[in-house]
Amino acid sequence: MHHPVVKLIAQRVALGIVLLLAISVLIFAGTQILPGDVAQAILGQQATPTALANLRAQMGLGEPAYIRYFHWLFAFIHGDLGKSLANGQDIASEIGERLKNTLFLAAVSAAIITPLSIVLGLVAALYENRWPDKLISAVTLATISLPEFLLGYILIFFFAVEYPIAPSVSTVFDSMSFLDKLHAIILPVAVLVLVSVGHTMRMTRAAILNVMESAYIETAELKGIRPFRVILMHAFPNAISPVVNVLMVDLAYLVVGVVVTEVVFVYPGMGQYLVDHVAKRDVPVVQAVGLIFAAVYIALNMVADIVSILSNPRLRHPK
Amino acid sequence: MKRPRIPPSALVGLIITGVYFLAAIFAGWIAPYGFADVVGDVWAPSSAQFLLGTDSIGRDLLSRMIYGGQTTIAIATAATVLSFATGSILGFLAAVVGGWVDQLLSRFVDLMMSIPILIFALVILSVMPVTIVTLIIVMGLLDSTRVFRLARGVAVDITVMDYVEAARLRGEGRLWIIFREVLPNALSPLVSEMGMRFIFQVLLLSTLSFLGLGVQPPLSDWGGIVKENKDGIVYGVTAALYPAIAIATLAISVNLVADWVLTRTTSLKGGRGG
Amino acid sequence: MADHILDIRNLKIEATVHPPDGDSFDVTIVDGISLTLGKGRVLGLIGESGAGKSTIGLSAMGYGRGGVRITGGEVFLNGRDILKGGVKRLRRLRGREVSYVAQSAAAAFNPAHRLMDQVVEATLRHGVADRREAEQRAIGFFRKLGLPDPENFGRRFPHQVSGGQLQRAMTAMALCSEPDLIVFDEPTTALDVTTQIDVLAAIKDAIADTGVAALYITHDLAVVAQVSDEIMVLRHGKMVEHGETRQIIEAPREDYTKALVSVRSIEHEEKAPSTRPILAVERVTAAYGGTVKVLQDVSVEIHPGQTLAVVGESGSGKSTLARVVTGLLPPMEGKITFDGRSLTPKLKDRSKDDLRELQMIYQMADVAMNPRQTVRTIIGRPLEFYFGMRGAEREKRVKELLDEIEMGTGFIDRYPAELSGGQKQRVCIARALAAKPKLIICDEVTSALDPLVAEGILKLLLRLQKEEQVAYLFITHDLATVKAIADSIAVMYRGNVVRYGPKSKVLTPPFDDYTDLLLSSVPEMHVGWLEQAIRHRRMESAGN
Repeated sequence: MHHPVVKLIAQRVALGIVLLLAISVLIFAGTQILPGDVAQAILGQQATPTALANLRAQMGLGEPAYIRYFHWLFAFIHGDLGKSLANGQDIASEIGERLKNTLFLAAVSAAIITPLSIVLGLVAALYENRWPDKLISAVTLATISLPEFLLGYILIFFFAVEYPIAPSVSTVFDSMSFLDKLHAIILPVAVLVLVSVGHTMRMTRAAILNVMESAYIETAELKGIRPFRVILMHAFPNAISPVVNVLMVDLAYLVVGVVVTEVVFVYPGMGQYLVDHVAKRDVPVVQAVGLIFAAVYIALNMVADIVSILSNPRLRHPK
Repeated sequence: MKRPRIPPSALVGLIITGVYFLAAIFAGWIAPYGFADVVGDVWAPSSAQFLLGTDSIGRDLLSRMIYGGQTTIAIATAATVLSFATGSILGFLAAVVGGWVDQLLSRFVDLMMSIPILIFALVILSVMPVTIVTLIIVMGLLDSTRVFRLARGVAVDITVMDYVEAARLRGEGRLWIIFREVLPNALSPLVSEMGMRFIFQVLLLSTLSFLGLGVQPPLSDWGGIVKENKDGIVYGVTAALYPAIAIATLAISVNLVADWVLTRTTSLKGGRGG
Repeated sequence: MADHILDIRNLKIEATVHPPDGDSFDVTIVDGISLTLGKGRVLGLIGESGAGKSTIGLSAMGYGRGGVRITGGEVFLNGRDILKGGVKRLRRLRGREVSYVAQSAAAAFNPAHRLMDQVVEATLRHGVADRREAEQRAIGFFRKLGLPDPENFGRRFPHQVSGGQLQRAMTAMALCSEPDLIVFDEPTTALDVTTQIDVLAAIKDAIADTGVAALYITHDLAVVAQVSDEIMVLRHGKMVEHGETRQIIEAPREDYTKALVSVRSIEHEEKAPSTRPILAVERVTAAYGGTVKVLQDVSVEIHPGQTLAVVGESGSGKSTLARVVTGLLPPMEGKITFDGRSLTPKLKDRSKDDLRELQMIYQMADVAMNPRQTVRTIIGRPLEFYFGMRGAEREKRVKELLDEIEMGTGFIDRYPAELSGGQKQRVCIARALAAKPKLIICDEVTSALDPLVAEGILKLLLRLQKEEQVAYLFITHDLATVKAIADSIAVMYRGNVVRYGPKSKVLTPPFDDYTDLLLSSVPEMHVGWLEQAIRHRRMESAGN
């Protein structure tokens, strides 16, 4: 099939793969190739020569950088993510459980953020500059002015300590029931929702306003089309692309949001894993987790672009 | 021309931002105690002697907050200046010179923007010694990518205008075009964005400090104060929440000013004079 | 009164302007307009921009664009005052009793839906016909309006058809629901002159066939004279004159109307060419990106103190010619000689004198001046840059130039946003003059201006040419301007010069096909021209 859309999508996917490879190089380079000795930087000034030598051997620092990179990448693709420096455990098996937890947290949050930002953005756009719009804008301004961790502690203070309706520490394990798990993560989800909706609602509002101001909306009104049909048949099809874009951006925000939120609520996910091991300067873990986060981020952006391509009538029906 | 009037929201924003910056500059003069002095009980409630109470090891919280503000604002400002200078200059260069310079820079920035800043910062800080200078450089350079995109976009919008072409046809050199034709028209959106980037740096820095990878003790910023006092939350101690109020008010104030600066752009752009 | 489809009485429309720094204030857009329109009659509303004609047209549908308010008067449609019926009533009559044809059909159609769906949408919504019947009617209109492959035309998307076809599709859409009144809002303004004539004829036929009444809004008097029975001249929201078309065109009463009718009747005597041309373009071929040729083997000359008018429609390459001469687009072949010396193809290789003696004025004066610079800086910079003038000497010269362009010295501190359209263009002319050029390229400099303002600019340019002996390369798509200002003419089509020579020769038959098409497509200010032009076209195509 020589449809231009297929070609564009293929190009976009190829670009995504290239980006991912380039990022893997950057991540590897960022942690390995530094002025001064890597082992020294990790162990600090007090390290003994034996410890340094051991670490160097363990990290394979004897070989040139690009060979180490290929070893690492090759192993990664085959599911071997290396071993943690701090506790010697196999990274891949550690991540398995944690990845599930993080995805659970992200999925529940996304399930709430998505309809909420669309509805709020729609309301704000339809009542542009009137009180519902101003109210929503004011509240969201407050929520985006706070970093996640502070929002987290505020919520803990009010809803776990003063009026305890949710746990302040969100421990989750396999044997819990689905409902129990949901109850455990009420507060972290609340934090993620509050911060993300603040950003995405503004973008949805802007996207909808942009469409509503188009000339073809005026044409529909001048044909006497009823408002509901104008929005459904004329505005909506043209708003899908920018709104989906916004949602992908929002999911991308979540990727960052989970890192901090998991630390605040001691949630056993990827974010907490990363932060713990960054503090311990556990390079293999940082590389592996960093790459996974980057891959998710790149994939989300790629999907957003592909949806954009698919929803553009000019590309679907070429001249 | 009419003298422009400042709407009340922007005025409030300006005043509050001003107060914060002044407090940061004159911290040594206005803080009641030294930032490391242990002067009272652990987590004492607020009193006339300690307006905000004390922290987890008995230091005056108000003084800690003032010095913390100095650290936060100083580092955030330095990082913003670095990010802005690098991003704008390279962005303008890419727009005005075009060609392979533009392609190279833009592709590189695209690459850098494929990872969220926090993640990238964590990866880099896991191997570098965490000093104030390192923090400023990492935060500033990573953020300069966003500024690059904006500056380049604004500059490109301007360079396609006929008056820039008219200057080129006159024979004006690149420097004239950048500084006398492009920059004056790019100022408003850029200054407004500078406010937004500043807020972002404040949030990023506090987050990094909270995670233990920002400002290292004995120095402390607002994020560090939260880290020190977070364990008190479950006991109903509000010490860790004061940084929240500080950051939120500063961020909202800067936001209001940035919004106002942005609306000023349209008035001077010159619409269709009738 | 029952005979009148539309009866507007004392209509007053205002809007509130909110400048970002300062208090908001009200402006009156329409000030006490009254008009009646009988069944099957066409009323042309004509005026310059800001006259309020679109606003009046939209008020016939009870609609105000962008926050305008109807503050007084009544609008009777089919005997009922639509301003007092409420929004639901308005929605019932929009698209049913009165339809709208917009200026830009390209923007007016929804890119996400096929054309047929949109064309029959109003018909279905108002229950005028069922789907099958509505589609048949639509196809009938497609055929009548001359659209290609009428049976299948509706299956396409807006971006798959041309601007002229979209304009006709929009007309079909307006006619489909059998309205009593159609409001045509500048329907042909955005089209090329050769397409315009077909669309005009199609509209006129459709109006005659269906017996619908129409409001035809435009700023072009020659166009409105072809389709309307009556004309109302508007200015600043007030009526200037109203009468039968023939009377307005042939015997206008008011001064303003007289000025509009006689526009572009500037007389200009052709000059004889001198020995050495100031600019010689020899066999220039150019392309963007090295593939698609935008200019093919172009050769023209301009003589000192004279004007070469380069005429063509969009895509003809006329603007590209300007870019090649100024050095922004180096040609693939050919050379350019200026004042006896060879001009280097690239801008950056040229000497300061080369740059100084060749100046350019742009179409959109808004964006041709830096909004952050005062008039003093805009006009003064070339003086400083080329002649090293500073301080009092420069100030004096700027004031002299302001005099030349007939603007007071008080303007020296103003910013472009504070000037009117005509004043902006004058400042751009002064900027070009400041360099004491030998040749000025005028790229559609009057196309964005109202006819009367444009006439003022042309007169200024002619006077300056006489005084300063500066040559003009005058690029335009408007033949009336060409006749007024040119000494020699080059007609361009698709990158080629199809006809070139002194004005008198170029405008005298026999013509090549394209020039014939072009010349015969320019509306002339007399009744019946449209029918003649269509007949002429049919004869030509029959003869081929």
